[in-house]
Amino acid sequence: MSLLGSRSFRHGVHPEEHKDQTAHLVVERMRFVPRYELLLSQHGGKPSRSIVKPGQRVVRGQMIAEADGFVSTSLHSPVTGTVGKLEMCRHPNGRLVPMIEIESDPYSPQTWSDPITTDPASLNNDEFVQFIQSKGIVGMGGAAFPAHVKYKVPEGKKLEKLILNGCECEPYLTCDHRVMVEWAKAVVRGAAILADALDVPEIHVGIEKNKPDAVEAMKAAAKDDPRFRIVALTVKYPQGAEKMLIKALLDVEVPAGKLPFEVGALVNNIGTMAAIADAFDLGRPLVERVVTVAGPGVERPANLLVPIGTPVREVFAACGGLGSETREVIMGGPMMGQPMIALEAPVLKGTSGLLAFSESQAGITAEYTCLKCGRCVESCPAFLNPSKLARLAKTKRYPEMEESYVMDCMECGSCSYACPSNIPIVQLIRVAKSSLRDAQRKEKK
Amino acid sequence: MSQHSGELLVHTSPFSSARLTTPRLMLEVNLVLVPIIIASTWYFGYGALLVVAAATLGAVFIEWFFGPRGRNGARGGALHDGSAVLTGLLLGLTLPPGTPLWIAFVGGVVAIGLGKLAFGGLGGNMFNPALVGRAFLQAAFPTIMTTWNPQGGAAQWTKLRGSPFAAPLFSSDVDAITTATPLARMKFDGDIEGIWNLLVGNVPGSLGETSAILLILCGLWMGVRRLFDWRVPLAVLFSVALFSGLFHVISPANYPNPLVMLTSGGLLFGAVFMATDPATSPTAPRGAFIFGIGIGLLVVLIRLFGGLPEGVMYAILLMNAAVPLLERVTQPRVFGR
Repeated sequence: MSLLGSRSFRHGVHPEEHKDQTAHLVVERMRFVPRYELLLSQHGGKPSRSIVKPGQRVVRGQMIAEADGFVSTSLHSPVTGTVGKLEMCRHPNGRLVPMIEIESDPYSPQTWSDPITTDPASLNNDEFVQFIQSKGIVGMGGAAFPAHVKYKVPEGKKLEKLILNGCECEPYLTCDHRVMVEWAKAVVRGAAILADALDVPEIHVGIEKNKPDAVEAMKAAAKDDPRFRIVALTVKYPQGAEKMLIKALLDVEVPAGKLPFEVGALVNNIGTMAAIADAFDLGRPLVERVVTVAGPGVERPANLLVPIGTPVREVFAACGGLGSETREVIMGGPMMGQPMIALEAPVLKGTSGLLAFSESQAGITAEYTCLKCGRCVESCPAFLNPSKLARLAKTKRYPEMEESYVMDCMECGSCSYACPSNIPIVQLIRVAKSSLRDAQRKEKK
Repeated sequence: MSQHSGELLVHTSPFSSARLTTPRLMLEVNLVLVPIIIASTWYFGYGALLVVAAATLGAVFIEWFFGPRGRNGARGGALHDGSAVLTGLLLGLTLPPGTPLWIAFVGGVVAIGLGKLAFGGLGGNMFNPALVGRAFLQAAFPTIMTTWNPQGGAAQWTKLRGSPFAAPLFSSDVDAITTATPLARMKFDGDIEGIWNLLVGNVPGSLGETSAILLILCGLWMGVRRLFDWRVPLAVLFSVALFSGLFHVISPANYPNPLVMLTSGGLLFGAVFMATDPATSPTAPRGAFIFGIGIGLLVVLIRLFGGLPEGVMYAILLMNAAVPLLERVTQPRVFGR
C-alpha cells in the first residue's frame, strides 16, 4: 500500500496509457466473414481434439473439438456453416498447429437457438468443473489458461476470496473496461455463480482508477450482493498481474513458485465471469470475445465483438484497414503481447487486442551498454535484479541466474520498458528460463 | 482506406519504452553543468572555460582514439552517448582555476583511458572516471592541484589566473597571487569562512565547487528530472551533517558547525555529480543509502582528522570500491520469498 492511501503493489512502471483512443467506444458486433480458422491450441495446456469431419454441417455454438485431458478444453463453432479443411496453420506465435476451417453459411441468419438455462445449484463441484470445460471457457485476460482447472479445489484447501481482475493495466487495451461498463450485470452474475459453486464468502473486484465509469457500473450492478467489494486501484503496470493484484487487494504475498490457492485466493478476469454467466443462463459456449483494435496504424479504432477464429486481416479490414505506415502488428497489449509474423493468423480466445504500429512507434531503439543505473531494479515488481540477470544472460551463465531467482520472473517487461539503454532484458530472461526448463526436463528423463 | 501489404516487423515485447535513453540522460546532465560552468567563469575568469575545455578535449580524444568503434570500424563509435564529454566536464570543474591546460588535458586522457576504457568502457568501470583522473593529477602534480587563485567578480573575468599556457613539463613561474580554500584555512589557521560567501560561491576553490546555492539547485533539478538516484546525495549530506554535528556538539571550539561542512569544499559537487554516477554506485536502494552514508562519514573523518583539508574525492573512490560488496549484501527480498 502506498503512502497516499491508494492501494497498489511496490515497484512497477507507468507507461503512457493511450486508452482514450477506444475507451469511450461502445462494443460493436463484427460482421460475419466467409471463413473462420479455429486453432486447436487456443489455450495453455493440451490442444483440443477435433470431433468433426470435412464437409460436415455445424451450427453456431456446436462443439467441434473436445478437451483432451483435464488441462485442456473444448472448442465450438462460432458460426453456422460447413467444416472445410482440417490442416496445419500458423499460430500467431509462429508455430504450425492443427486448425479446423469453418465456411460460414451465407444464407444462415446466424441467430442463436432458444436459450438453454442450467441451474448452477444443481451441480456438484465435479459437475460444475465439467460444465465449464464443456463450454470451452478460458481465462480471458490474455494467458487463456483453461478456466475450469482453477475451479477444481484441491482436497483440504478452502477458498476464502474470489478476486476479479478488472485492472487492464496494459496500455491501449480497453476491452475489459467496456465489458465492465456495458455488461456489468453479466460479470456480477458470473462471479456470483462461481462464488456459490465454490462456496467463497468474499468477492473482491480490482479496477484501476483510470476507469471510474467501470467502477461505478460494477458498484451499481453488485449493490444487492454483500459479498462484493469493488476497489479502485492505483494506475500502475503490472497491476493486473495475479500476484500484484492479490498484494494490492489483500496485502498478502503469494509465496514464490506457488499458486494463489496458497493464500486462499482465486483470481479471474472479469471477461471470464461474463462468459460463465452466458454459459449458465443462455447455454452459450465461448465463441466470441471483445477485442480492442487500436494503435496509430488503425484507420478506425474500435472495440469489436469478434467471433473466435476470425482472420486478423478481416478484423483490421472491418476497422478501415491498416495505415500505409504500419510495420508491426501486436496481438495482445504492448507490454506482454505477441508480434505477428503475418496477418493470416486468426483471433484466439485470449486475444485481448490487435494493435498496429509504425516502425518508430513500436519501441525499436538502439541498444547501449548497461550503466547499472538501477532503473530496472526499481521497476521490477518481483524484486529481482534484472540488471544482473541480463549481464549473466549475455554470457549464458544460466545456473547462476537460477540462483538469483530468475524463475520467479513473470516476464512483465517492466525492466525492458524502464531501461534507458534499451537492453532487451525480459527477452534475455525468457531465453534463459526456457533453456533452464529444457535442462530440467532432460534431467528428469 | 488502404490495405496493408508487405513484410511485418517482428521484435520482442515490450513494444513500448520509457522516453529516457542513455544519450538523453547524459545530455541532460551535461546541460545541468552549463550554469555551473558560467558561474565558474564569473568567479575565476575566462581561464575557467579553457581549463574545462582542455579536460573535456582530453577525455573526448582518448574516447575517440581507444573507445568502441562504430559501424564500419570508424573511431568514436560511442562518442554520441555523451558520457565522455560528461566525464571531461566533471573533471574540468574539479580542477583549480590556474591549472595549466596541458595538465587538464592529461587528466581527461587518464580519466577516460584508465578510469573507464581500461575497465571495458561505459558501465564496466569500478571507480568514478572523473575522480580517477583527478586523483592521478593530485598524485602527479601535487603543487598545482593545491594552488588556489583568488576568485573575483565581473571586473576580473578577463584576467587569467595562474599560468594556463605553461608548456608541458616545464615548471611554471608561480607569480600570480594565490590564496587558501576555506577548508585549508579552517584546518591550518582555524579560520571559519562566512556562510554567505560559501552559499553564493565567493570563495577560492576548484572551478565548479564553490557556489553551494547553485549546486543545491542543480541537485534539486536532477532529482525532479530523475536523472540520478536521489538516495545517494541525500544520504551523503545527511551523514556529513550528522557526524560533523556530533563532533561540533562535543567540542564547538575545535570542530566547525555542520552548515560550514556541508557548504564548503567539493562536498555538494561530489554528492550531486560524482557519487551519483550510476556505474559506480549501488543499484539496490538500501545499498545506495549505505554508500552515501559511508561517503559522508569518510569525508568528515578525513576533513577533521586526516592530513588533507579536503576528502570528498578519496571518500567517493573508497566507497566505489565497496560497491560490489554492498550490491551483494543489500539485494532486496524477492517477492514471495
